[in-house]
Amino acid sequence: MSILVTPKTKVLVQGITGSFGGRHAQLSIDYGTQVVAGVTPGKGGQFFEHKGTRVPIFDTVAEAVRETGATASAVFVPPPFAADAILEGVDAGLDLVVAITEGIPVNDMVRAKRAMQGSKTRLIGPNCPGIVTPGEGPDSHGGCRIGIAPGYIHKRGNIGVVSRSGTLTYEAVYQLTVRGVGQSTCVGIGGDPVNGTSHLDVIQLFMADPETKGIIMIGEIGGSAEEEAAEWIAKHGTKPVAGFIAGATAPPGRRMGHAGAIVSGGKGTAEAKIAAFRAAGIGIAATPSDMADTLLKMM
Amino acid sequence: MNIHEYQAKQLLKQYGVAVPPGESCQTITEAKAIAEKLFAAGQTLLVVKSQIHAGGRGKGTFTHGFQGGVKLVKSVEEAVHVAGNMLSKTLVTKQTGPEGRVVGTLLIAGAEKIKREFYLAVLLDRANSRPLVMASTEGGMDIEEVAAKTPEKIFKEHIDPAVGLMPYQARKIAAALGLKGDVFNQACKLIAGVYKTWWECDASMVEINPLAIVETADGKEAIMCVDAKIGLDDNALYRHPNIVAMRDLAEESPLEVEASKFSLNYIKLDGNIACLVNGAGLAMSTMDIIQHFGGSPANFLDVGGGASKDQVAAAFRIILSDPSVKGILVNIFGGIMDCNVIATGIVEAVKETGLSIPLVVRLEGNNVAAGRNTLAESGLKLTSGDSMADAARKVVAAVNG
Repeated sequence: MSILVTPKTKVLVQGITGSFGGRHAQLSIDYGTQVVAGVTPGKGGQFFEHKGTRVPIFDTVAEAVRETGATASAVFVPPPFAADAILEGVDAGLDLVVAITEGIPVNDMVRAKRAMQGSKTRLIGPNCPGIVTPGEGPDSHGGCRIGIAPGYIHKRGNIGVVSRSGTLTYEAVYQLTVRGVGQSTCVGIGGDPVNGTSHLDVIQLFMADPETKGIIMIGEIGGSAEEEAAEWIAKHGTKPVAGFIAGATAPPGRRMGHAGAIVSGGKGTAEAKIAAFRAAGIGIAATPSDMADTLLKMM
Repeated sequence: MNIHEYQAKQLLKQYGVAVPPGESCQTITEAKAIAEKLFAAGQTLLVVKSQIHAGGRGKGTFTHGFQGGVKLVKSVEEAVHVAGNMLSKTLVTKQTGPEGRVVGTLLIAGAEKIKREFYLAVLLDRANSRPLVMASTEGGMDIEEVAAKTPEKIFKEHIDPAVGLMPYQARKIAAALGLKGDVFNQACKLIAGVYKTWWECDASMVEINPLAIVETADGKEAIMCVDAKIGLDDNALYRHPNIVAMRDLAEESPLEVEASKFSLNYIKLDGNIACLVNGAGLAMSTMDIIQHFGGSPANFLDVGGGASKDQVAAAFRIILSDPSVKGILVNIFGGIMDCNVIATGIVEAVKETGLSIPLVVRLEGNNVAAGRNTLAESGLKLTSGDSMADAARKVVAAVNG
């Protein structure tokens, strides 16, 4: 098992003919992911071709779902059109929409999140690296890779990784893999202030997943999502969790790259998050170089 | 992006929100004309307000000794005298740091007689992804302090983005502020306008502090925004060219302005170890790890996941042009990003600018062998780090000696 996606998940790519979406669709195909459809309005009927794989392109997500049975999508649509693309995936009844796009106006996401209330679709992101369930092959080939993470650094195994940051996720995954420890699923929930899935949502899925034996949770300054997850772990956690919080040295009132990474009005400090982790019995990595070792010591 | 108070009031006015009569100016001649006009219109007292992106203006001091960045004046002569002591002068407040800010613009407005002060703000509540209107009877005070000491004095109303702020919600807020009669109705209109400003301008924050009941020249009561602060969502600026035009480059660090030209995420800090990193989370934690090992970061710099050779070279030039930088840490985890692109960019920039300070490079990931090779063959004097921790230790040791 794994969470959210398995190597059999059929994936469609919204924005497959753009340079960014196309490049990562190729990398997902190379990784062995079941990329079954692409969507680019006006290019329906064409094909996305890569090393002998022919992926049909549709004008709408609804058609792509009907024709190919895709259940998950990766959104690589430019920011002004991204909220619309997310809701198109919701309307088509997808189980999972993973929004990679960085720079979506916050109010667009406020409305999109309100509009998808009560739907069966789970949104991951936006502004996220996506999700990887590693495969069994060499360099974890044969897994499900939705998004932009480097597939080859993964290894099939039992650690769940959840993070707001892409590169810090890779850092944690790489540390695990070089120590011979694999991952069940790695989820980047994104660096925006309004996102579809929180740390807590993913932690709950990992706790319920029999294959996942330990969890690395990576957070950063801004908001209170890490504190909420810690509070739940303190009450209901059944597996070891190690954590790291980025941004202890960030000046207040400044956005640190991610739209959501900002300490405002004294709220969302690294200090408060680390204290919440400590109170919940979460192992704290003193530096990002210690993320894997901190967890492995607890197991 | 942040804008000045006078610009915030311009936006609010466009949405029907009451603000005191006033205008902005950049010269003493203009200041005189505005003061004459306002007095002629029946105002008896004016306020001259320095326009800088920092709080604490009223209690600030100019570097030439003049006290107060916000002053009341009773005559045109006084207005001219005060304007002359503010324009092109450097104002230091508790939020500017000791270097202060040069005042380029003044807002001259009617100083109405304030009878009661309130607080009103619209912001995003991240915990439930909805807009939140906050109001308090404790106006004119630091709202964080009110929240800490008397949280019951802050009234909160969440807004459903599907329908926006409903009139009954404005009435609830006005009632919570204890307003009655004509002022109650005025406040409802004002609250609706403030919310509309927040939503339609894609603001991250609209803060009115104080919102005030004032006595107008004809002896009646009116409610209006005496001070206003607006922050904008950078992601949405593309659809607001009128707001982009309000950007004041003088309020930003020159290095940050330069970095923004190359789409680099750069924030200048006070330390002496510069860092160049890909990814916001990794960039933040690179700063943290420098501090962890006893150093002090000079900047935040995220070159992004798809940086080009030119962007990397520009990033390197920017960090080298900061005179306080005594060492550089490059920390790249190239998942998809080609490590050789980073290496080539570094070599190019250093060839152009020269390098006289320690450089520690940690490269990992995609095409790392080629990247390391490029650095080795360039003949650049640099130290390699095996891991983030190793690299951070080495750069701190090299700088601290």
